[in-house]
Parts: sequence; structure tokens; C-alpha cells
Amino acid sequence: MSSTPAAMRPRLLGRGAVNALVALFVLYTLLPVLWLLLAAAKERDALFSSNLLSLGDFSPVRNLSELFAMDGGLYGRWYVNSLLYAVVGAFIGSLLSVACGYAFDKYRFAHKEKLFALVLAGVMVPPTVLALPLYLMASQTGLVNTFWSVFIPVLFNPFGVYLGRIFSRGYVPDEVLEASRMDGAGELQTYLRVSLRMLGPGFVTVFLFQLTAIWNNFFLPMVMLSDQELYPVSLGLYAWNSNASVSPEYYPVVVTGSLLAILPLIAAFVLLQRYWRSGLTAGSVK
Amino acid sequence: MSTTTSAATHPARAGTADGLRPGRRGALPGKPGTRSAARSRELGACGVLMAPFFVLLLTVFVIPVFGAVQLSFFSDDQPGLGFGPERTVFVGLRSYQAVLSDPTFLAGLGVTALYLVIYIPLLVVAALALALILDSGAVRLRRTAQLGLFLPHAVPGIIAAVIWLYLYTPGLSPVVDILGKADITVDLLGLHTVLPAIVNIAMWSNLGYNMVIFYAALQAVPREVIEASVIDGAGPVRAALRVKVPLIRPSLVMVAMFTLIGALQLFTEPMLLSQSTPMVGSRFTPNMYIFDAAFTRNNYGLAAAASVVLLAATIALSYGVSRWSNRTGTPQEDDR
Repeated sequence: MSSTPAAMRPRLLGRGAVNALVALFVLYTLLPVLWLLLAAAKERDALFSSNLLSLGDFSPVRNLSELFAMDGGLYGRWYVNSLLYAVVGAFIGSLLSVACGYAFDKYRFAHKEKLFALVLAGVMVPPTVLALPLYLMASQTGLVNTFWSVFIPVLFNPFGVYLGRIFSRGYVPDEVLEASRMDGAGELQTYLRVSLRMLGPGFVTVFLFQLTAIWNNFFLPMVMLSDQELYPVSLGLYAWNSNASVSPEYYPVVVTGSLLAILPLIAAFVLLQRYWRSGLTAGSVK
Repeated sequence: MSTTTSAATHPARAGTADGLRPGRRGALPGKPGTRSAARSRELGACGVLMAPFFVLLLTVFVIPVFGAVQLSFFSDDQPGLGFGPERTVFVGLRSYQAVLSDPTFLAGLGVTALYLVIYIPLLVVAALALALILDSGAVRLRRTAQLGLFLPHAVPGIIAAVIWLYLYTPGLSPVVDILGKADITVDLLGLHTVLPAIVNIAMWSNLGYNMVIFYAALQAVPREVIEASVIDGAGPVRAALRVKVPLIRPSLVMVAMFTLIGALQLFTEPMLLSQSTPMVGSRFTPNMYIFDAAFTRNNYGLAAAASVVLLAATIALSYGVSRWSNRTGTPQEDDR
């Protein structure tokens, strides 16, 4: 960093050691993913023998076709399910929570901080506490083992409200609202036309957080779903892995399936990098 | 009252009427009538913006929490001789007594406590050290290093667990294989290694993410403060520890708090490992105990009581952390 004073720069020896340390940690985070990549691309027998690191024996296409053929093409179903739960769920969930966080920041009303504390309590309460009552509620309403039994609860994102409030304070100056009111725009119109646009990077951050959380979600589907056709990828791979201890032909498909399941999140993080970087900074400073 | 409604339905008119009057103090709407009209318009919009989230909050959060507490005081009573439907009866604190005297539940709490003691300091220290190093500007390819460290955050927990499980499994893992060639045999899923194995999965997943949070906070530290400390003769390490770290305290507390809450809910990783090693039982952590009680043993009262105990422990520990951070943080607040 050019603005760092010269006296602060570590001496050459220290600098080498520090670089080596960081490199070591980067290897630690990257190598397992690299292993997954290799294992998914290699021929099935290579997985069980030690020649995984050798070059050759690649058969990524056959691995993929085996993955999508396994158990009558279940994996494709799981993937579509996960995309529906995560992308649609995160989008709707972020809209709801950012709108709520914005209202917390911009309006005054009675018991505001008490209500906000209730929202924050939602961050702290373990999902397991909610899972059993939710399961019983879903059984009573006949929603258990349906798409909705997973989709509705994952919309709830109290941390998104917290972030939404912080982002509103940071990105939407009160003067802009005053100006919009002076122009005769209604409150909701102002929100949709002006504020939501200014909240863009914050919205993307909340969306990404929720997308990751839903894509990772494992406990709720496990409780709610018994029909394998409704499983998300996470639960499906768990089921296949439990088969693998009995029938090892499941190992290669779990490996290839795991690699494919990482791709959407990596793509989302890379494509939306510009947004979540600024969002994360705003969220962590205050 | 009529002015209020007309202003509410015709916001534009209310606005122009306001603007036409001369001699008003600044831009503030001064007339009580228009002010309350604007106020009720604001409250209406506020309600519309908040209502959907709060409906959701009520349905999937408030009602289930009360549901869990209520369930914990009831139990299914087997009717005598199998006559009539199963009745649910009030049993008071019996389920709590059963949970708190159950050795498997207490063992689960013990496992979680040990996990917390190993994991939280390791994670916070490593993430903070990496963030300080990257912030000091001594590292080349800073952006690349950050992306590399952050990558595991994009890997779902269950898949991180799958990757590491296979890296721990003899016959699949190149690591165990290479160690074996060097005549080192380790059982990475043995009695004493299974908890560190789980800590490692969690570390791998969360290290980069928390590093980015610390790094972002460090970037916001005013450069003049650091330059001043350098002029006072502080070296880079001293400047980092004495000046930078205290300034990003809020981030440290936040990370510690969220890690604590997350760690108390340990479920996914041990659940997956339990498929492969007898060292992880079906009630290894409190969350697994709750799942087992509710959906394997169908003992809803017991599961609900255990989840309320876990909730109470979460609240107590979070409260403790925030109290502790407030107390130790006071002197700095006074300085400002």
C-alpha cells in the first residue's frame, strides 16, 4: 500500500516469512477444492487408488452422464429444486427484509427499538428450536412434505433486516427523501423509484447472504421432506453419501455432484463481487 | 380529520399547498394539519413496507418459539388399555428434568463446550492475524490471496464436510495415503481426533469470511492514527496490536458472537461424519440430540425441552459476551 509509511514496512526477512504464511493459508483453503475438482474429473477407479495426482485418466463427460443417470436422474431434480428454493427464495426474502430494514431506518413509530430487538432475536434463535413446531404446524395444515414446507420458512431473514437498516442509513440520505416528498411523490413510490435503486449494492449483499444460507440449508429439508423428488442438492448428497458406506459406487457421483453444487455460489460471488464487497464493508464498520 | 384523509389520498396536493405558503420556517411543514397528514402517510407506508416481513416473523418465528415452549410442558399420554385417542397431558417440568439428567444430552453439551473452547480462539486469532498481515501491505497479490481464502465460503457446509470426510477416509484420501507411505498411520476419525477433525472443517469454511470482515474494518481505520503511532516509535507489530486491534473491537465482538451462536448449533458436519465413524453418535451435539428425540424417538416433549435449554444457553452466553465486551470496552468509550 503506497500510503503506508516507510517505517511501517516490515523488514525484508519478516516480509518473506509473512508472505510464506499467507501462501500456506491460501494452500490450505484451495487444496481441498482442487482435490474435489481432480476427483470429479478423474475416472472412477482413480478415486480409490493413489494415482489421483497423476495426469491422465480424465473422464469428466462420463462422470457427468453417470451423475445425471444415477437413480433415474434424481440429481437433476435436486438441482432444479435447489435453484428454486435458493434463487426465488432469496430474491423474495431479500425484498421483504430490505423493505422492513429501510422502514426501521427512515420512519419513527412507537416501540420501534423493541420491535427491532424482536427481529434481532430471530438471528439468535437456533433453527432446531423452530424446526419441531414448524414441522407440527406443517403437518396440521397438510403442507409437510411439500415444496412450501421448505420454501416459506427460508424466506425469513432477520439478519437481512439488520443489514437493510444499516444500508439505508449509509446509502439513502434523508435529504433525498425530503426532495422526493417535495416533488409530490408518495412514500411507496419514493421507495420503489428512488431508495431501492440507491440500496442496490446492499440488496445484492443481503441476497447473496440469503442465497448462500438457503443453498446450504440442510436441517429444515431434512425435517420436512420425505419425498426424494423434493430434496435440495444438499440433502440429496447426504442421502447418497449414506448409501456410499454400503455401496461404494455412490462415492464418484457424490464427488461429481458436490463439485457441480459449488458452481452456482462461486459464479454468484464472482459475478456480483463488486456489490458484495462494498456491502460487506458497510455492514462491518458499524 | 377530513383534511387528514384528503391529504392522505392526495399527497401531491398536500405537498403543493405546503409549498405555496410563504414565510414558513425553512422547509419544515409547520401547520399541524398537514404535518399530521404527512405523518399518517408516512406511517401507512411504513406499515406496508414492514407488514410482509412481520407476518413471516409471526408465522415462522414467534408462533413456533411459543410452540416449542408449550410443547416442552406437555407429553403424549398412553391411554389405558389402548382405548380412545392418545391424549396430550400437562407434565410441568418433567421433560426438563429428563433432559437435564440425561447423560447423552450432558455429554453433547460437553462436546459443544470443548468445541467452542478450541474453535473460537483459533478462528478469531487466525482470521485477525491474516487480516492484519494483508492490511499491513507487506503481502503481494493481496486481492488474489483474499479471493483464495474466501473461496470456501462459497462451499456449502454439507459439501465441505463431504470433501473433508473423504480426505480423512483411508483408501479415498491422498493425505492418509501419503502419510501411510511415510509409515505414519493416523486415524483421523478416532476417539481423540474426531473433534479436531470437525473444528478443522469449520475453520476451513469460515476463516476467509471472517478475515474479510476484519480486513474491511481495518481498512476503515484512519491512516493518520497509524501514522501518529509510527511517529511515536511503534513498529509494525506494535502498531497492529496496540492501535489497530483495539480500534476494530466492535468487529471482533461481532465475529465472536456470531461464531458462538453458530457453534452452539453444530449439526451438519457431525451428522455427516456420523455416517462414517462410530465416534460420532446420533446424539453427539445438542442439536443432534433434539433431532434424534423429535424424529427418531418421536418424543416431542423431550425434544422441545432440550431445544428450550439450548435456546436459554444461547441467550445466556450471548448476553455474557455482550456484557463482558461492554465492561472491558468502557475505558475507550471515555477516551472519545
